Amino acid sequence: MNFLLQLLNGLQIGSIYALVALGYTMVYGIALLINFAHGEIIMIGAYTVVFSIQLIFAGTDIPYVFAIIPTVIICTLVGMLIERLAYKPLRNSPRISNLITAIGVSLLLQNTMMKVFGAQSRSVPKIFDHKPIEVFGANISISTIVTIVVTLVLTISLQIFMKKTKYGKAMVATSEDYGAASLVGINVDSTLTLTFAIGSALAGVASLLYVSSYPQAAPLMGSMLGIKAFTAAVVGGIGLIPGAVLGGLILGILEALTKAFISSRLSDAIVFGLLILVLLIRPGGLLGEDHKEKV
Amino acid sequence: MLLEVNNLNVYYENIHAIKDLSISVKEGETVCLIGANGAGKTTTLQSISGLIPKRSGEVSFSGEDITKMKPHKITRSGVAQVPEGRRVFTNLSVLDNLRLGSFAISDSIENKQKEIEKIYARFPILKERSNQRAGTLSGGEQQMLAIGRALMSRPKLLLLDEPSMGLSPIYVQKIFEVIRALHDDGVTILLVEQNANIALSVADRAYVLETGKIVKSGSSQELLDDPDVKVAYLGA
Repeated sequence: MNFLLQLLNGLQIGSIYALVALGYTMVYGIALLINFAHGEIIMIGAYTVVFSIQLIFAGTDIPYVFAIIPTVIICTLVGMLIERLAYKPLRNSPRISNLITAIGVSLLLQNTMMKVFGAQSRSVPKIFDHKPIEVFGANISISTIVTIVVTLVLTISLQIFMKKTKYGKAMVATSEDYGAASLVGINVDSTLTLTFAIGSALAGVASLLYVSSYPQAAPLMGSMLGIKAFTAAVVGGIGLIPGAVLGGLILGILEALTKAFISSRLSDAIVFGLLILVLLIRPGGLLGEDHKEKV
Repeated sequence: MLLEVNNLNVYYENIHAIKDLSISVKEGETVCLIGANGAGKTTTLQSISGLIPKRSGEVSFSGEDITKMKPHKITRSGVAQVPEGRRVFTNLSVLDNLRLGSFAISDSIENKQKEIEKIYARFPILKERSNQRAGTLSGGEQQMLAIGRALMSRPKLLLLDEPSMGLSPIYVQKIFEVIRALHDDGVTILLVEQNANIALSVADRAYVLETGKIVKSGSSQELLDDPDVKVAYLGA
């Protein structure tokens, strides 16, 4: 029973890693850029949840879960803005410039938020206030179920979008060859912006799901989450959508199980150790082919 | 004139790759640009289609100034390019490659489907391979797909960059039969080709490019008879 509970906990945090990892993997697949500022989108999302509940929903009958709307909008806009202002001017620069810029944007966002809202964390009101559901004698919280189901639905929708729609195929084409894509009339600039928009919208959803279980917003909260999700994307095979999800879930489950049954203080060390092992055996990630990178 | 290029200059960093190049293509014509490796043929085509920035000069298409237009806008205005090395989308199916060919044009699904049928009629092998990933096709099949993809936008002008490159003699024949058929159907073509013999056999007119400059031009017959061209490009 305890094992089942831990497995579900792992699936829950793993789902959040997966949603964030999708953003890393899509941007990498199409722009060949590691967007280190992606974790900060989660942080901005968490603050948006806090403030939209405080300023809009508190004292009304509207359930707090509707904070998802402003959160996704703000995260999407911030993601698009970062792409336009920070990365687009560097489109033809060496990749190292993009990398440094990404780290710079990440620090800029962390420190701006710290300056404006203070370094201390803010607590997030309870978003799902239903009683836990009992399954096989284990009490499962609503936020666990919602997180897993929402991630599943979003991942499948994203996969359908990429495989079946004109714009999804345009993204795949752009990831292969900017020049050839523009020769068939694809606007490469807007495709890249769309990629950032989708990744950031998913991060917005992830941030609400995250604070529904870990109810705090703090300026530095995005960095560890971001690193873990990035690791998940690499372990699954960066550039691959199913890889991001697989990597995220594996990371989450390993983490929950080591915390519960081995050591909670050593869990990060053990989990990352295992992941390094995976990459030693399969450098392209679990689903990746070696030397091939694509969406 | 459908396409008019005036005094085009293109640089790669400090290298002056295209020098005061002026060419024109009339509606319905097949015009060919011949020249040695590195003469600037591909650079010329890529700067017409907007992939490479122009330092100076003007390009007008159908009376519209397209000099500073972005490549996707140039495609939308009716110029389609079959790039050197084919550059099909290897991870997408043959059918998806064709569909993306009409990405830019707004047309009904039925009309786009008709266009796909026309391309399948021209290249039956593509119909057989319809659901296969484009990366699994042979070089010649990929060349057909690249041409089919370009035709999907129903272009007023087709730019063909080295269509014979890397293909077996049988496929070179096939591809040039297609180019001839397109010409007979009234498609305007600007062709860049190292294989001057076969290029001049399909073209109405040609320009000879040497180190970024047009050194000769005339009807294909005139150039085929020109002693300098014979020695330099026709292996006579």
